[in-house]
Amino acid sequence: MNVELKHIHKHFGPVHANDDISLTIPAGTIQGILGENGAGKSTLMKVLSGFNQADSGEIILDGKSIKITRPADAITFGIGMLHQDPLDFPPMKVIDNFIIGQPGGFFPNYKNVRAQFIEFQKQYGFNIDPDSYVDKLTVGERQQLEIIRLTFLGARVLILDEPTTGISALQKEKLFETLRILAKEGKTIIFVSHKLEDVNNLCHRVAVLRHGKMVGQVAPPFVMDDLVTLMFGEPITLGDRISSEYCDECLVIDRLCIEDARLVIKNVNLVIKRGEVIGLAGMEGSGQRHFLRTLSGLIRPVSGKIILNGKNLTGKTYQTFLKNGISYVPASRLEEGLISGLTLTEHFSLSEDQQGFFINQAHTTEVAASRIKEYSIKGIPENRVEMLSGGNQQRALLALLKTPLALILMEHPTRGLDIESTIYIWSKLKDRCQQGTSIIFMSADLDEVLRYSDKVVVFFNGRVSHPLDAKETSVDELGLLIGGKGWETIEEESKK
Amino acid sequence: MDSTIWVSLGGILAAASPIIFAVMGETLTERAGIINLSVNGLILLTAMSGFVVAYETNSLILGFLAGAGIGALVALIVAFSSISLKQSQVAVGFVLAMLCRDLAYFLGNPYVGEQGIRVPSMPIPGLADIQILGPLFFRQDLQVYSSIILIVIAYIWVFKTRPGLMMQGIGERPAAAFVRGANVNRMRYIYTAIGGALVGMAGPMYSLNVKAGWMGPISGLDGIGWIALAITIFGAWNPLRGAFGVYLFVLLQWLSLVLQPVLTAIPSQVLQVAPFPLMILTLLLVNMGNADWVERTLAAMPEPLRRIMARILRAMRTQQPASLGVPFENE
Amino acid sequence: MKLRNLTISWGLMVSAVVIALLFTSLVLVLAGAQPFRAYWDILVGSIGSITKISDVIRSWVPLVLVTSGLLIAFTAGLWNIGIEGQIALGAIFTTWALRSLETSTLPAGLIIMLAILAGAVGGALWASLVGLLRIYGGVNEIFGGLGMNFIATALTIFLIFGPWKRPGVASMSGTELFDRSLWLPQVPGYSISVWSIGLALAGLVLVFFLLRGTYFGLKLKAVGKNNKAAFVMGIPTSRYMLYAFLMCGVFAGLAGSIQVVGLYHRLIPSISSGYGFLGLLVAMLVNFQPILSAFVAFFFAALNIGAIQLPINLRLDSNLSGVLQGALVLFVLLMSGVRQKLMHNPKGGER
Repeated sequence: MNVELKHIHKHFGPVHANDDISLTIPAGTIQGILGENGAGKSTLMKVLSGFNQADSGEIILDGKSIKITRPADAITFGIGMLHQDPLDFPPMKVIDNFIIGQPGGFFPNYKNVRAQFIEFQKQYGFNIDPDSYVDKLTVGERQQLEIIRLTFLGARVLILDEPTTGISALQKEKLFETLRILAKEGKTIIFVSHKLEDVNNLCHRVAVLRHGKMVGQVAPPFVMDDLVTLMFGEPITLGDRISSEYCDECLVIDRLCIEDARLVIKNVNLVIKRGEVIGLAGMEGSGQRHFLRTLSGLIRPVSGKIILNGKNLTGKTYQTFLKNGISYVPASRLEEGLISGLTLTEHFSLSEDQQGFFINQAHTTEVAASRIKEYSIKGIPENRVEMLSGGNQQRALLALLKTPLALILMEHPTRGLDIESTIYIWSKLKDRCQQGTSIIFMSADLDEVLRYSDKVVVFFNGRVSHPLDAKETSVDELGLLIGGKGWETIEEESKK
Repeated sequence: MDSTIWVSLGGILAAASPIIFAVMGETLTERAGIINLSVNGLILLTAMSGFVVAYETNSLILGFLAGAGIGALVALIVAFSSISLKQSQVAVGFVLAMLCRDLAYFLGNPYVGEQGIRVPSMPIPGLADIQILGPLFFRQDLQVYSSIILIVIAYIWVFKTRPGLMMQGIGERPAAAFVRGANVNRMRYIYTAIGGALVGMAGPMYSLNVKAGWMGPISGLDGIGWIALAITIFGAWNPLRGAFGVYLFVLLQWLSLVLQPVLTAIPSQVLQVAPFPLMILTLLLVNMGNADWVERTLAAMPEPLRRIMARILRAMRTQQPASLGVPFENE
Repeated sequence: MKLRNLTISWGLMVSAVVIALLFTSLVLVLAGAQPFRAYWDILVGSIGSITKISDVIRSWVPLVLVTSGLLIAFTAGLWNIGIEGQIALGAIFTTWALRSLETSTLPAGLIIMLAILAGAVGGALWASLVGLLRIYGGVNEIFGGLGMNFIATALTIFLIFGPWKRPGVASMSGTELFDRSLWLPQVPGYSISVWSIGLALAGLVLVFFLLRGTYFGLKLKAVGKNNKAAFVMGIPTSRYMLYAFLMCGVFAGLAGSIQVVGLYHRLIPSISSGYGFLGLLVAMLVNFQPILSAFVAFFFAALNIGAIQLPINLRLDSNLSGVLQGALVLFVLLMSGVRQKLMHNPKGGER
């Protein structure tokens, strides 16, 4: 199906999220949409898939102008969208997920549907058990399920929003292969991403968005530097790695074993020096998060030891870990990090060491104001945290950390943030390292992991690599490892 | 075996029928993502109004219709305040529970102690004389038959039909249901109203049958609604498991009555609350697996024991619809 | 803009009250009564004489105590519906203390103080059970609390008909009256006591300062708004939730205790008089403002006392007060929903 977008405008309050975007995509094309976070990619896709209505502009399918008012309408026009976090029903069965939303009689004929499902997934070489539960599937398999569901419903345009986040290298290859098959069938694929690598490998052509505007259309062969220039305006420098010599041991992890219902991590040994930064790489759910939460004291390990500055903390409570200078910064800012409904001042009062019984209001407001200034948070002390933007919330989280700290544990320090905030946050973190704080962080962004870490530890399905030197590791090597390839050599190396 | 036992067990089916309606109604409501906490007051209000309507019009059907209508109406207030006004469902539900109770006592005052009409017994010819099964299942009234049919319908609806699957989706992940074409908020209104109507049937089932008449505060109906809410959780939002919970609860109450002559030292009021500690205990068992410390303790257990304990806990544990009580806004 | 918002807020609150009155009038008409006569009756029956006012204050005391406790629980995000049972346990413990000490040689004043203290302990104990079930057993405090309410009622009745039954015949009228020396000293001629009023006011002031300007209050608030994040920030959430339950239980226990030493002077089956649930309504209405709760509690208490005369004067059921109270809270909740809708900028600046 030919898709034409003409002069799409969309405002959110003062933000001009889509500014006069026009784009024509012929059938059978894999169209890349590239741009950094907040460039307007998602908004454009939401307009096309019926989540949002454009303020003005036109959508034309095969020459006919259409109006999409609800996401459910989109599929009747043949437009299907695969969301970054697949919009399915995790506690329900695959087959029920497949059925929900399908037209048909009052009683679904399970026998027929199951046969159809199995038949249909063969086309793409998928192998999902229709009777397993969705929460037992990997993200990659859940994407496959959505692809089957949408094409079965008659989708001829398939929109994929950042589909390569959180899936393994193998599953990515599989996904790309599937998308190529679909394109050959004459379907239109719109691939939204901020990953140059993926766009380069897959797309027939790429449109680049920046600050809500379409800044260019590129056909292969893609020149990486040109794409980067289009995305960011001007070439950016991200600051050089600050290498320092470390001596004192900060944290010793000795034969640590962690278990839960789905995952077993065995025998992790690691020594972290003062001021060192360790990056944890791995696809979502490979065990990094468990590892971080164990080091923070939130999860109790099955066996092994956690020794901080010579003090054995194993089996102690989370509060004890905190008191000894370990701080944990979770990824979900408004779920675990900050408290909606409380002001910035109240957050700073809570994070401070309590002095006396009554709160000294004048003093805490002062502290809040000075921290807000120091961390350039856009807001005032009386602002409730949920009113801040994501970047400012992340800054607030950093501002809440105590000084001095022995160890900071972070999940996705810069996920969802723009480049400016990212650079700012890392500069603040590096300041901490200079003061002798060690940092362990996990990130889905391999560039971030390599750029900011001294050493990298790779996780795959509970397997844990020995620390790799970040300077001598490439993105490709990491990519293979998190996808489960090349572990034999790694394990042999570690024996030496 | 003594046939009187089967007759009294048949009585349990009868006594359970109103609670079955209330639990099925609440199960449907909560499956769609709304908590209707007003059940206790609602049963009292509909018991009173069902009785009064039937008494004044001499029509059982109108009495039940009044109950269902009022039930749906009160449920719609819960739906409106939570869906359209984004207020706390627990707060509004609790206020309505109180308000409905007081309304029932206030408006029902002139009718206290009046003799009204009753639901007649309706043995099924032929089947009623079968040994054991006859007195147990087939010498009942329409109310008992319909309660059993309701369990089956509710079960099939939730797990086997297309709209039922969508309903599960709405309670689980409304955004995903919306993308699949569901009008989430409208469906939530509808299921809340249907659930409320079913709960509203429970009232007349008492006042026109199980505990015929209206006695005001000494009707002994205050508290049943709270039990129905607890059983809904115990039933893990599954109609069959919920029905099991209802029968278990009524059986325990019956046992406490049977045991009373044996345990004369204990006042009857005390025996009547015997099911409550058991209820709390079962809620404890089904919820314990969700507690953090259990997970932490489990993680520190030696291997084989941990596996076994984890399996037991997971089998018992119930997980509520993920979006229960969470309002839905399509971006 | 600010003025407009203020006008909307006040306009909606006033209209909530008006709608609640209209609703109640409609109910009265349905019952075949004249609304204004009924309202007049309630007014006269509550503040028509000094005796009546003292009756209102008498029932204001437990209501304020209960509400103060509930404000603490609400702050921690806990729906302590088990408060009825906690009041009953306060009364039971007080009765037990009085029974065991009445023959002792201790001065009467000390015995009363000990008995009130015992009541506080009893309430806290019962609340801690609900709290432990919630915190360590994952049992929602609404269901745990309701169950414990039923058990508390059964326990009360068991004691009245069993171990503590009156010599001769046990009856629903309760246990034997205590000796006059063990009554809380009353203002001569009236049913109120300076001591209980002082206790209620002290509780109110305590809660006011606790929630306004202390680390403890702020931590409770954090726990109530976001339990997970509060834990990650280093607040021992389980402990704070338990504190909230215990403190709420103490207040409930005190209320039950006052019911025994200040009013009934014995244990009766319905010793809580529904103050727990009524306190929940008050707490919902006042939106975490302890000072406001004093006034709302007075109004609710006045409705309750005023409605006592209804069955005699107008042959109406006294539950009318409950209808008006419930309608008031319901419509105020609905109107605050409307307010949020109106004030929410429809264009939306977020995202």
